[in-house]
Amino acid sequence: MPALAADAAPQARPAVEDPVLEERVLELSHKLRCLVCQNQSIAESHAPLAVDLRNQVREQFVAGRNEVEIVDYLVARYGDFVLYEPPFKTTTLVLWLGPLLLLVAGAGWLGLRLRRRAAEAATPLSDAEHARARALLEGGADTPKQEERS
Amino acid sequence: MKAKFLVPLILFLVLAGFLAFGLTLNPREVPSPLIDKPAPAFRLARLDQPAQTFALEEMRGQVWLLNVWASWCVACRQEHPVLVDLAKRQLAPIVGLNYKEVRGDGEIDARDMALEAETALAIERAHGWLRAHGDPYALSVLDIDGRVGIDFGVYGVPETFLIDQRGNIRYKHIGPITPESVEKIFAPRIEELKRAG
Repeated sequence: MPALAADAAPQARPAVEDPVLEERVLELSHKLRCLVCQNQSIAESHAPLAVDLRNQVREQFVAGRNEVEIVDYLVARYGDFVLYEPPFKTTTLVLWLGPLLLLVAGAGWLGLRLRRRAAEAATPLSDAEHARARALLEGGADTPKQEERS
Repeated sequence: MKAKFLVPLILFLVLAGFLAFGLTLNPREVPSPLIDKPAPAFRLARLDQPAQTFALEEMRGQVWLLNVWASWCVACRQEHPVLVDLAKRQLAPIVGLNYKEVRGDGEIDARDMALEAETALAIERAHGWLRAHGDPYALSVLDIDGRVGIDFGVYGVPETFLIDQRGNIRYKHIGPITPESVEKIFAPRIEELKRAG
């Protein structure tokens, strides 16, 4: 891929600038997805577009915009996809609440099963079963079953 | 109650169904939030007359295509004959957005290049490419630093935008236009927009 050669070094920038600014750029860049290498943030990616977008973020910070304004600017152009953390809205309701609902449903099911099992265990043994159990415990041979429980 | 053992099987089939559907989707095609919104305004130098600029407003009243291209873009070479054909049919004027002609090419180190030198080189390269492969564009403009590309949410080349008479983006095509996409998408949509006025 020819584009890779230019990746190693970002577009012309003085080597050291305001470290506080760079910190802010990096922090916000970690929350933004690179559209070319989709599993990387624009802070991690060396794709030329990621470099361009980092420069955009830096320029807008310099121009006095805040994080929210810059994120809005990028979302207006690239959509919610540019955000690593999807926003909470009606179309993403299942995404955000689904795992919670599954957890609640699973816990409910487990509770139901446990209660049912406890109820089963509480069923007393019949006299014949008692006798058979005692015989087994005392090391005797199992007597043929006289009645099936189910 | 007898069919209880089928529950895991059904769950598995539902999951497999979702995954199978997922395989048919293309993660590279990120839907554009700009659809049915006004195209971002721009004013850029023209490739044919670099001293003059071209602005988006100049296309008002027309249905047109904005095609993002560059001579270093491999997929553009595949797309180009289709564009030449499309231009011959005169369905809609195609405006070329020449995207990062010099600094987008990984084989050139443009970091220390002055803007004038970079622009001159971009013009030379773009002209050379159009001479070699044909020029389907009503005109092309130079997006040297890719700034206008970012405004359009461009994340790869080629991309093509269909823009209506009011300057709204109606469709975005990601990747090379194929003869099939012309027949199935572009031609009918252009006709429809023209009829709607």
